[in-house]
This record gives sequence, C-alpha cells and structure tokens, in this order.
Amino acid sequence: MNRLIVLSIPALLLFGCADRETPVEIGNREQILHLGNLSEPKDLDPHVITGLSAYNVIAALLEGLIAEDPNDVLLRPVPGVAERWEVSADQTVYTFHLRSDAKWSNGDPVTANDFVFSYQRMLSPKMGSPYAYMLHPLKNGKAYNQGTIHDFNKVGVKALDPLTLQLTLEAPVPSFLSQLNHWSWFPVHPSTILKYGRMDEIGTEWTRAGNYVGNGPFILKSWKQNQSIVVEKNPLYWDAENVALNEIHFYPIGDHIIEERSFRAGQLHVTGTVPVDRTAYYQEHKPELLRLDPYLRSYYYLFNVNKPPFDDVRVRKALAMAIDREALTQYVTHSGEEAAYSFTPPHIGSYSPPVRFSTDIDAARKLLAEAGYPNGEGFPESALLFHISDLHTRIAEVIQQMWKDNLGIEVQLENVEWKVYQSRRAHRQYDIARAEWVADYVDPSSFLEVWISNGGNNHAGWSSEKYDALLQKAALTADTASREDLFMQAEAILMDEMPIIPLMFLPSKSLVQPSVKGWNPSILDHHPYKYIHLENN
Amino acid sequence: MIKFILKRFFELIPVLLISITVVFFLIRLAPGGPFTSEKSFTPEAMARLNEHYGLDKPIMVQYGDYLLNLLKGDLGPSFQYPSRTVNDIIRESFPVSLELGALAMLFALIVGLLAGIVASLKPNTVQDHLPMGLAMTGICMPSFVLGPLLILIFALWFKWFNASGWELPIDRVLPVITLGASYAAYIARLTRGSMLETLPADFIRTARAKGLSETVVIYKHTLKNAILPVISYLGPATAGIITGSFVVESIFNIPGMGRMFVLAAFNRDYTLIMGLVVFFALLVVVFNALVDILLGLLNPKLRMHA
Repeated sequence: MNRLIVLSIPALLLFGCADRETPVEIGNREQILHLGNLSEPKDLDPHVITGLSAYNVIAALLEGLIAEDPNDVLLRPVPGVAERWEVSADQTVYTFHLRSDAKWSNGDPVTANDFVFSYQRMLSPKMGSPYAYMLHPLKNGKAYNQGTIHDFNKVGVKALDPLTLQLTLEAPVPSFLSQLNHWSWFPVHPSTILKYGRMDEIGTEWTRAGNYVGNGPFILKSWKQNQSIVVEKNPLYWDAENVALNEIHFYPIGDHIIEERSFRAGQLHVTGTVPVDRTAYYQEHKPELLRLDPYLRSYYYLFNVNKPPFDDVRVRKALAMAIDREALTQYVTHSGEEAAYSFTPPHIGSYSPPVRFSTDIDAARKLLAEAGYPNGEGFPESALLFHISDLHTRIAEVIQQMWKDNLGIEVQLENVEWKVYQSRRAHRQYDIARAEWVADYVDPSSFLEVWISNGGNNHAGWSSEKYDALLQKAALTADTASREDLFMQAEAILMDEMPIIPLMFLPSKSLVQPSVKGWNPSILDHHPYKYIHLENN
Repeated sequence: MIKFILKRFFELIPVLLISITVVFFLIRLAPGGPFTSEKSFTPEAMARLNEHYGLDKPIMVQYGDYLLNLLKGDLGPSFQYPSRTVNDIIRESFPVSLELGALAMLFALIVGLLAGIVASLKPNTVQDHLPMGLAMTGICMPSFVLGPLLILIFALWFKWFNASGWELPIDRVLPVITLGASYAAYIARLTRGSMLETLPADFIRTARAKGLSETVVIYKHTLKNAILPVISYLGPATAGIITGSFVVESIFNIPGMGRMFVLAAFNRDYTLIMGLVVFFALLVVVFNALVDILLGLLNPKLRMHA
C-alpha cells in the first residue's frame, strides 16, 4: 500500500499538469498582456510617484493633454485629451482644446478645470511632490511651489471654458509638448481626491482598486501588493474601440534572474530587463526574443572634484583617456551598449553632443606626469564606489585593471549596498563613484541640467559659472538651432573640465514574446498600451 | 494554570520593549534613509516629507510617539508605500506567509511520517536506505539550491508549474516542497528512529499476538507512541517555518511577510521594519508561550516548577 502511495504522487502530477496552458498562451487568446515590472510601485498617484515602475501602470490608467506617437522612436506628441492646440507666436502661451467625448472612468466628463485642479495639487507646497519642478516652466509655477506666492490664480494655468485650457509659460520651452508626456502633467479626478482626503494630502486611499478614477484606456481592477496589479479595458475611454487588450497584469519581480525564468516558463509577455549573464545566450540562440533598443541612459563615473588628487583636471582627464570604451562594450557588457564620449546620448533629435576627448594612453600618461604622478608614482590611495550589481562589478574590475596597466595607479573597489551608496554619493563621501542618468523627457536639457551649480543631482560638487550661464540662456531661447548650439557649448565645458567620465550609453533591454505586436522601440522605454495587441499563434 | 499564563504574558512585555528599542535606534544608524533615492528630492520636498512622517522631530520624541501609537495598535504609515499603513501591509502579507507555512508543515508531516514508517519497517534494506538517503539530502540541501532546481526541472523543462508568483492554487506546489523538504527530512529521521525503538516493545508483540492486522499494529499502536518526539519538534519547527520563509518567498517572488521584511530593510522603510519586528517578536514569544502552556498542561511537574 505504501508503494502505491509513493508511486501515485508523480503519476497524479503527470496527469494533472501535462497539457497545461501557460499564462502567456491564455493571454494571447484572451488579449491579456503579462508584463514584468521590476519593482512594486510606491503608489499610483501621479503626483507622488518617482519611478518607471509606477509610470508603467499609470500610463494605462491616466491620459495627459497629449499622447505619444507609438511609431516614432522619439515619441513625438499626438493628440491625447486635447484634440488640438495652438501655440502663440512667442511660444509662451499654449491653448488646448479638449475633446468633448473624453470621460473619467466614473462617467464624468474630463474638463479643463480638472487639469487646473491637478496642476494646483502638483505645485502645492504641502504635497512635497518630488517632480513638482517639472511644472516650474509655468508662469509663477516655481514661486507657487516654493510658497512665495499663495494665489494659484497668478499661476499660468487657466480654464477658459470647460473644454479650453490655457497654459502660460515663463519663457519659451521648445520641448514643452514632449515634457507634457511626463506623468507629472497627468490629470487626477478632483472629486475622488477630495473624497479620500484634502487636496494636498499624500497617501490617501484614492489609489486603491475600487476607488481609483482615471481617464486612461484602462481601469484599475486589483492591486495586490508585491504580487500583481491588474488593469482592465475602460469601456468609457474615448478611443475604447481601438484598444485591443482586455487586461494588463503587472508583476513586480525585482530579481532579474527570477523574471527571466518566469519569461521562459511562459508567464510573461515582456520582461523589464535581461540579466547580464543571459544576454549573450539570447543573442546567440534566440535573437528574435531579445530587444536592445536605444534609450536615453548615460552610464558614467563621477569624481569628487573637491578632493585631491581629483581636484586637478589633468588627473581627471588622464583617468578618462586611459579607458578603452570599445573593449568595455564589446567584451565586458556586449549587450548593445555604445561607447560614450559625451554625457548626452546621440539620439536626441538633431542635437549632436560635442566630442572633446578620445582614448589616448600616451596623452593620458603625459597628463598624469604633468600633474605630478609620473607612471602613477605617488598617486594617493583612492577608491571607486559602486553598489552591488553584476554589471557594475564587472565594469569596475576591468576599468581598475585598465588604470593599473595604462597609468600605473591602484584604485580600490568599494562595493556597497544601494542605500549606502546613495547616501555616500549624496554626502560626497567618495573619491570616484559609478552613476547613471536616465532622461525624463526627450531634450538635451534633461541631461545637462544635472550639472548646474549646486543642483540636487550634481553629486560631483563641480560648478562653472559659464556653464550655468549658457544653460540659463538656452532656457530663454526659442530657436531650436541656436538653443542646441548653446547646449553644445555647455557640454564642451563639461567635457573639458571632466567632473565625470562618460563610459557608455545603455540600451533598454527586454525579452518580448513573438505574439506581442506593437511593442515598438522608444527612446524613453514607453510603450503606449492602447496600440498593442496579442496574436494567437 | 491562570497564574502560569499571566506570568508568561507579563514576561512578554520586557522582551518586546527591548527588541523595539534596539531596532528603533539601530535602523536609524544605517547609512541612507527612506527618502534617499537615485534622483534627489528638492530640499523643499524633502522637508515636507520629513514633516509629514514626523522625522523632523527629535529622535526621543519620535520614539515616544511610536510607543504611544503602538499601545493603540497603530504601527504607522509605511514610508515606501505612502498609501498603505504598516497594519495594512501585515494584514495582506501575513496570511500569505501563514498559508505557505501551514502547507509546508502539512507536506513535511505527511511525507516525513510516511517515509519514516516505510523506512523503519525493513531497516537496513533498500526500503530503508532510499528514503533515509533522500532525507539526508533534504536536510543538507539549502532551499536556495532546492528551489531553483525544482523550478528548472518542473517549471522550465516540463512546464508543469509557473516559475514564480502566488496567483493560482498550483503556484503553491513548488514553494511548499522547497520550504517543507528539510522539515520533512528531519521528521522522517525522527519517525524512523522512534519507530525502531517502539517496534520491539512488549505491547506491540502483544498486539500482534492478539491477531491484529499489521496495518492496525503499525498505524494504531506503534505510531501513536512513536509520534511523541515528532510532536515536540513541531513547536520550534512551526515558528521556524513561519519566520524563516523569506528565502523561499524571495526565490518564488511570493508576496509574503518574509519578502516584505527583506524589501523593507533595503528601502529603509523604518516603520515597516519596526512593525514587522514587533509582529515577528510577538509571534515567536506567543508560540513559545503556547508550547510551554501545552507542555504544562501535559506535564504537571513543569507547572509546579514554573
């Protein structure tokens, strides 16, 4: 009898599970998209969130004034809630005409006043919204946000009538329309916000499933923390007849290896990334599943420019010129990375970042000798700070060796936990630190503004009055060509002073099942869901 | 008896107070805070957040506030997930860990007892060596090896199960085996040992002499006595399985309390870490007290000494 029990267990399993349909197969049939979403969103409130994993969800739930062209890598603006708009001759007044059939998921019409409410909420000092600065181009936007003026009527947001919204800017911003696609410009439903708390209260329950009222192509069906977020098609969405998907399931799988396993087991249509070790395998064996698309993501090393010997520009340049970036991208990372000789990636429209240095080991040695360290002799003990990750460790080890072989200097590696790394970088407790920057919108300013003197993300402690002045001038320039010329001049200063070593531009990496159609490359890694459908093959 | 229970209850308070105090101050010593992030917050936004969560107050005031709220059963808001309170998070994640733990315990008991009995019936034959060899492997193999191995074979090769998640009933199978395996192995060895001690006993010979069937002899008479050491192992095993499931929860991406704990520590979510520490401490202390009370009930001698 015992043997019978022992034998029957595997037999049961065999019969029970043999012809199982995977979630992806079921999804293909029922138009349910399963997405790997890397981490659990903090919240689904566009005025609170800070990261891409939350954006990925609210992009399904909310729609801004304009939307993104899914067939354009640069995501050029197409009509969203606004069906058309006019721009004044001096490019400071934008008038948006909202479509009359745009509705909230509870049936209310989407009105210009909803946008006014949303922008007031975003800018209200009490919200402490981390991305409130995105609305600072609005006239008096910054002043209201910082609490120097208290009357929101003075801010450049006005509802001319229920379907006409006028935004007035402090100065022309050529990339303004594409900035409107950032989540910070998305509207929220006023009476829902007020039902669960004050206008400027964070962390109320309005973002829970059942409470959430949105105006996007999907509505929130369930949100199980750390497990999954499910959104379903919104029948009241103005363009609902062109939305193919019935549901999207988002899974917060932080471990890249587990995510890739889930993809292989047929649980995910698209992953959030690809583990470093698996890229080569897919390149060789299953290239049709691997997607390496251009992305506005710059990977670089940062100097603590106030600390000797890195206060000497010759030392910084020598270190930058002694790195063979081609070797790094071909043999170390080899998953579609591009060697970087500028901070700004080369894919932003017509902007071409200036190239001010190259890999030149002889010149690097000469510079180091001039700085007082011939053949690296007497070079102070230094360390390279980065946080635990396969990719960072590999890159750091190779660069450490390059510096040793090419310049004769020893740099220790300091591999620390994520928050420790962030805290030490912010407090400038490092010599050299790894860092990267992902753009918020498609414009060189999204990169170059990082290095403004005393900027919140300028962790190098570098400052240049000339650089600040050029960026300030660019911010007031409406003409694209002359604006880009100012950006080029600024970036040339950045590269000549080299507070950072550009290393490579990283692509967006994902695995995509062949049944997913309409998942097009885009430079911000955005994929408007209403244009996606699944093929049942 | 009531005196005994009351005594255990009052002993609980200093234990909890000490763990709360130690953790409260220790987590604040770790570099980085809940709002340190890749892109820096503006000073104004940072100030608002600190004000909102009371982090701008002196640390002793924060500590006092925390204790006062705790008395009211309020564990505070989560820093990482602003729209959820720590109470919400525990309410959602504890049942998951509990289900995983209970199923793993059940699996361990069924498999362990069966394997132990089977092995003890024909000692030192293949029927003994095979399950005991497997049990030894089960004890030695850590869950972070067993889990991925099971995923590789049953999820990726045979495609019988999902590789991660907690969506369908079938998603319970691999994590439950992974978590329960080492406990099953230990129970198997315990059962075999104690069966072998009981089988030669006089009352078993009597039972056989009475003409009872072998099944009745084994399952009714032998097992009833042989199972005692297994039962006393269940107390610590249950506490261990509930609190120690974080590795398995991480391997299978299960939304349980263990994984929540790990994430909270990485995110420096002070209130969530505190809340989980309090909850875990309470759980362990209560479980230990329950075992003591049970033993006290079973054994009057212990009650007298206590």
